[in-house]
Amino acid sequence: MSGHSTYNPSNGFTRWLDARLPILRLGHDTAVSYPVPKNLNYWWTFGGVLTFCLGVQIITGIVLAMHYIPQTELAFRSVESIMRDVNYGWLLRYIHANGASMFFIAVYIHMFRGLYYGSYKAPREVLWILGCLIYLLMMATAFFGYVLPWGQMSFWGATVITNLFGAIPLVGESLRTWLWGGFAVGDPTLNRFFSLHYLFPFLIAGVVILHIWALHVTGQNNPAGVEVKNKDQDTVPFTPYATVKDAFGLSLFVILFAYFVFFNPNGLGDVENYVVANALKTPPHIVPEWYLLPFYAILRAVPDKLAGVVLMFGAIAVLFVLPWLDTSKVRSARFRPLYKQFFWIHLAVCLALGWCGAQSPDTILIHVGDGGFTVTHFARILASYYFLHFIVLFPLLGLIEKTKPLPESISASVLGTKN
Amino acid sequence: MTQKMTKTFRIGFASKLAGVAAFGALALGLSLGASAPAQAEGAEAPLKHVAWSFNGPFGTYDRDALRRGYKVYKEVCSTCHAMSMVHFRNLAEKGGPEFTAAEVKAIAAGYKVQDGPDSSGEMFERPAEGKDPFPSPYPNDEAAAASLGAAPPDLSLIAKAREGGADYIYSLLNGYEEAPANVHVPAGGNYNPVFVAGSGIIAMPKPLSDGQVDYTDGTPNTAEQMSKDVAQFLMWAAEPKLEQRHRLGLQVVLYLIALTGILYFATRKIWADQH
Amino acid sequence: MAEIHAAEPTRRDFLYVATGAFAAVGAAAAVWPLIDQMNPDASVLALASIEVDISKIPVGQEITIKWRGKPVFIRHRSEDEIKAAESVDVAELRDPQTDDVRLVKGPNGQLEKQWLVLIGICTHLGCVPLAYKGEFNGYFCPCHGSVYDTSGRIRKGPAPLNLEVPPYKFVSDSKILIG
Repeated sequence: MSGHSTYNPSNGFTRWLDARLPILRLGHDTAVSYPVPKNLNYWWTFGGVLTFCLGVQIITGIVLAMHYIPQTELAFRSVESIMRDVNYGWLLRYIHANGASMFFIAVYIHMFRGLYYGSYKAPREVLWILGCLIYLLMMATAFFGYVLPWGQMSFWGATVITNLFGAIPLVGESLRTWLWGGFAVGDPTLNRFFSLHYLFPFLIAGVVILHIWALHVTGQNNPAGVEVKNKDQDTVPFTPYATVKDAFGLSLFVILFAYFVFFNPNGLGDVENYVVANALKTPPHIVPEWYLLPFYAILRAVPDKLAGVVLMFGAIAVLFVLPWLDTSKVRSARFRPLYKQFFWIHLAVCLALGWCGAQSPDTILIHVGDGGFTVTHFARILASYYFLHFIVLFPLLGLIEKTKPLPESISASVLGTKN
Repeated sequence: MTQKMTKTFRIGFASKLAGVAAFGALALGLSLGASAPAQAEGAEAPLKHVAWSFNGPFGTYDRDALRRGYKVYKEVCSTCHAMSMVHFRNLAEKGGPEFTAAEVKAIAAGYKVQDGPDSSGEMFERPAEGKDPFPSPYPNDEAAAASLGAAPPDLSLIAKAREGGADYIYSLLNGYEEAPANVHVPAGGNYNPVFVAGSGIIAMPKPLSDGQVDYTDGTPNTAEQMSKDVAQFLMWAAEPKLEQRHRLGLQVVLYLIALTGILYFATRKIWADQH
Repeated sequence: MAEIHAAEPTRRDFLYVATGAFAAVGAAAAVWPLIDQMNPDASVLALASIEVDISKIPVGQEITIKWRGKPVFIRHRSEDEIKAAESVDVAELRDPQTDDVRLVKGPNGQLEKQWLVLIGICTHLGCVPLAYKGEFNGYFCPCHGSVYDTSGRIRKGPAPLNLEVPPYKFVSDSKILIG
């Protein structure tokens, strides 16, 4: 879709600049004249929301780094001085801390939208893989960031996650020591995590540029899942149509964001992180932040340490190969009655895995005699489905499913379904 | 025809909005799910819920309660518990107990802090000033544990570091009971079912009793009232910017609602020719 | 739909401007916390005033204390130094100031002529001048050779202004409060 540029410099300066650095042309082609399918629904506004989230995290993060001290003796106190003494420090920190959660809410919606409408399929495989890469970088960044306040959860979260690497055969032990820069999580660990936490968002921003580039090459997928056939009939220019719609969607999202920042700033956090890190005392119940819970549940569902780690990373790795696991020619779940049902089952399974990740693993759900059906048992079934869904159902459904007839074009689908 | 399309658009929009709202609700549900597990498993005494003045989006602290709570902290809690993140100057800040500058100076002067070195290289003691944090009763956790059996936690953030917050503090202070026959209370321990972290056994003896702290504002100085006041004071100590946050939050949310409204009409207008 | 399109442009322009303006106001307001966070925080402001005991400074000597991260000179001037400061022809100074306006009154309402309090930062480029050095036995800045007299006034060298007098007052005969 990166067709002929319609940019038309309007005055002497812009003509002069365009001949030397066509940056205004780039901006115009990307954000003004770029054709978007006219049938996009509000689930497509989350790309804009995510860009906003990244911007907010980078800006507030840079500002917080002006006050934060990455030293184990002072880190907790420096965060408290941000909360108590720095002008608007409490606001900036609450925005940054809740911003991470908002970022993940948006990215999960964005990803499940892609799964529902088949946005990962040809010719958008690279676009999808870049997205998975962003997601992976986001999780790493969030993890590094969570360590910085040096509360109990920071410390023990860092300890547990870095210990995962110890499961790797042969090199695990030395890899772990290398990550720590010592024989336990300590000052060197905190310092390097701070450095990486500052670096990674810029890596994310870089991959986001590639992601948007890839998007502009293939054009957006759409709820009907059929390609644009006639630019005039099927698309509208990005500005004003998508701009205003994205702005409206973003505005609603920011209200939710503001609710957390101003009226429930610690609702998504863990109380234990208001206790300064103590290497001699583990909190009774260690849980990661909510957005990592499903993976944590998969990790704990497996009785073997190495296998658990492999499966946890496998749960993310499988996303990278989805474009080749899915054999269906039809993109949108609207026209895939069977897949549509399994999509909802899969979403429910992911949420249930998240719930399991938050529970104590030995909690008995159904009592049978002395023992019973525990959270771990439940998580095992759910984790099995998670992999089954992608590895077995994705190839199988494409072969056996009888899909509904596709609309002739996007414009036809707009007139037909009022979307 | 145009009218009909606008209507269609509206319906389509409403259903989409519902979808977004549903996901918002989902996120909220997740947040609740995520915070729930922090409660330790096993038996748990239900917390007593107080209708705090600082609850809700319009909530503010009760100045008089904060001042009484400070008195309770000073005369009772501070003999064992540090509050090292709070400075004397905070007592005069807006949104807190709002003592006058002179009162804060007098309060601070009641404490001695170490300073130095002076020109001859010696450390010296001087009366505390507004800029100083509350001095800790013990030089370190080890010293506290050695003299009390267990190190008492620093109270600066206690109201944010315990599930239930001020309700937890209030419930704990009122939770001391005669131990049931099947519970063994070791020497130096006390029975308090609210203290789940220790399975109901807490090293701190019941700290408050009726009439222990003199109230000068006519409020009855029952142990129950004092625990309520000190819980509110500790909430302020943990979250001194709460009033500022609520005030700014209302302004921000009102602005956002207006902006969202404008954007809604702009979206409708701009898309009117496409449906 | 065609006729709507034709009638639209001006109304649309208004819509864009109104929406954009309203959003811009919010964005501008959101910038303020990002700027204000770099201003001195509450803990820095709390240290902004300090009390100094001056009773132990002998005549003809001075001490240097730190106030807001800067050196402050507190000089117990001798009769000769006071006389030297007062006998200057103000009109000839680069930054004309009498000695008296650079001093404050004590608790008894009298000008405390023996006490000179200065911010010890050369007004040229921010170095710390040396006391009891230079032609006038006041201050001499080692960086670029500015010379100040016993009232801290610039007499020679590149500095444009007299040494600054911080805000201070006597809280008792032996204590001053700076800031």
